[in-house]
Amino acid sequence: MEAPAVASPYSKDLLLTMYRKMYLIRRFEERAGQQYTLGKIAGFCHLYIGQEAVAVGPIEAIRKEDYMLSAYRDHGQPLARGSDAGMVMAELFGRGTGYSKGKGGSMHIFDIEHQFYGGYGIVGGQIPLAAGMAFASRYRNEDRVTVCYFGDAAANQGALHETFNMASKWKLPVIYICENNRYGMGTAISRTSAVPEIYKRAAAYDMRGEPVDGMDVLKMYEAVKDAAAWCRAGKGPVLLEANTYRFRGHSMADPATYRSKQEVEEERKGDPIPKLRDYAIKNGLGADADFERIEEEVKAQVDAAVKFADESPEPSLEELWRDTIVEPGEPDVRPRERVLGTKVTNWPSYPSGQELKVTWDLEPREQAELADKKAGLTR
Amino acid sequence: MPELMYREALNQALAEEMERDANVFLIGEEVGRYNGAFKVSQGLLDKFGSARIIDAPISELGFGGMSVGAAMVGLRPVVEMMTWNFAILAMDQIVNNAAKLRHMSGGQLRCPIVFRGPGGAGGRLSSQHSQALESNYAHFPGLKVIAPATPADAKGMLKAAIRDENPVIMFEGERLYALKGEVPEGEHVVPLGKADVKREGTDVTVITWSRMYYFCMQAAEELAKEGISVEVLDLRTLRPLDEEAILASVRKTNRAVIVEEGWALAGIGASVVDIIQSKAFDELDAPVERVTGLDVNMSYAANLENATQPDAPKIIAAVKKVLYRQGA
Ligand SMILES: Cc1ncc(C[n+]2csc(CCOP(=O)(O)OP(=O)(O)O)c2C)c(N)n1
Ligand SMILES: [Mg+2]
Repeated sequence: MEAPAVASPYSKDLLLTMYRKMYLIRRFEERAGQQYTLGKIAGFCHLYIGQEAVAVGPIEAIRKEDYMLSAYRDHGQPLARGSDAGMVMAELFGRGTGYSKGKGGSMHIFDIEHQFYGGYGIVGGQIPLAAGMAFASRYRNEDRVTVCYFGDAAANQGALHETFNMASKWKLPVIYICENNRYGMGTAISRTSAVPEIYKRAAAYDMRGEPVDGMDVLKMYEAVKDAAAWCRAGKGPVLLEANTYRFRGHSMADPATYRSKQEVEEERKGDPIPKLRDYAIKNGLGADADFERIEEEVKAQVDAAVKFADESPEPSLEELWRDTIVEPGEPDVRPRERVLGTKVTNWPSYPSGQELKVTWDLEPREQAELADKKAGLTR
Repeated sequence: MPELMYREALNQALAEEMERDANVFLIGEEVGRYNGAFKVSQGLLDKFGSARIIDAPISELGFGGMSVGAAMVGLRPVVEMMTWNFAILAMDQIVNNAAKLRHMSGGQLRCPIVFRGPGGAGGRLSSQHSQALESNYAHFPGLKVIAPATPADAKGMLKAAIRDENPVIMFEGERLYALKGEVPEGEHVVPLGKADVKREGTDVTVITWSRMYYFCMQAAEELAKEGISVEVLDLRTLRPLDEEAILASVRKTNRAVIVEEGWALAGIGASVVDIIQSKAFDELDAPVERVTGLDVNMSYAANLENATQPDAPKIIAAVKKVLYRQGA
């Protein structure tokens, strides 16, 4: 085999990990779609097929303790962060062994142990939350970033504009990743947006904004590595527009008649999974046998996940009366402990209000006073 | 006991809780350098600095939601809404996120946050600025809703709200801020969910909260002169309702009048009537009466504004009605 002109900067280990995670999402979603048609999954079920690179690249580029949250197209990120596939599938099935005891379903996956702070069903509703989580990190002087996903259509929500303004003004360590799959349900983004290149909107808030090839996991990885370093250095938020495509309809209920077969076929040629495999093989960082082994293992893992979900009981009716109001002294639920009996050790914990020293000067006084003086005011 | 204005009582509660717990911060429009649109946060910026007393842009949805996010990861935000009329813009974050996080996460997350600000008629401000909106929020499971009438309750309930592990919606009142009353110093915490008999009586129970409380007390004074003994029950918390206190008082007096600043349809009073009719029907000597704001938008003109709201004469008439003493 011919050696590539430039050696790849990536380890075989990293490439195979990324491959495994993307393939896991693909396989999981294919099986979820199938289970939906069998009537095992109900409600809205939004598949991630085609967009795998947008979740996996960033997740490999950040730290375990970094926060993440997303919209309702939310199976991919937790799977890539290490959530138990069986418990995610059980949530889709509405079973008591799901991450939220079957109370949230497909649109509301939460796995706090793996720092996945949820899927949200109101378009754009998670965008302010992410700034608040980043605010908390800044407030406690932690070295942590928040990664927040949202769709192209969500970019037209007021919540985004209000939040970008604050995040930039207060230099909050948050990375916004717009998953531009070119449609909001059946509406092409260009039909409803005066500026369809979402990344350009960052400029209005003096915020860093860039487009990224969302069909290339390595490009996503590099973009987020760089953005995370920027955030951790205190330079403020970053908006990345990941240009991607969903191969399936908006949700399982959508036959996607608003776009041509041709368009979908063209886009499928950019499938991020074979793309990574080709890259690895070309660079001598993986052989066919490696990928076949991974695929076999993942298939078995997803089969087991479906079986686990299918064999799990529905939540007990007593669950109706839990998790609405936190009673005094009531602890938080740790799902893997509750369901699998696994000791969960990396649950987030924070300094008490007596230990915490807030040193952040969000609006330095001298600066404010100077501005006053200039305006001829006295305090 | 020192006498404080309602706004000073709130200020004291905020200062004490922020002193006690560095996770507590206050965010809102004009809370910092302006010292608060209604001066509730007077002096707090100097005391706690700009990371804990935060002047927000006019983005209720944005800073409301941002604060919910901060509460999800361990902070305890107090969000000042300049008035509840403006908080309507933040309703998505309050209702769809704050109230549902515990549920959607299957008990993994909590959201200890206080949204507070003045509700009710401000005085000659017309319809957009004069609304009693508490019944909207009382509708939602996952929230607690409070509306203290007195300075002492304002302090004690704000302290309890900040310490609560759930989202708490607090209705203050533009026309309550300057009212004075005795306020216990230091550790004075009034538990949420408990109504308070503010005046004992035997003939009729008048149930109310927030600013209407003062009209009820005025009516009770007047009626006492006619030999009518009115019990005034201040609900203080509107979600959850203190059913026990409501029923105990009605079982004693056998008659009830509910006084509410807001509109009648889908009002809190309707739920109170429901509790009474379903659990104490046999003990009633008369149908329950409601005194509410008229079913119209609030006008600017002084006479129209006054006529729109409940007042002591309307309450007196309702009390006489349930006593079958009309025209007496
Ligand atoms: C506030 C709000 N309006 C409308 C909807 C219905 N809805 C759900 S998804 C969606 C399209 C969103 O598209 P986009 O943000 O691009 O995300 P994608 O589904 O492509 O991932 C709409 C209109 C909603 N859930 N929330
Ligand atoms: Mg889209």
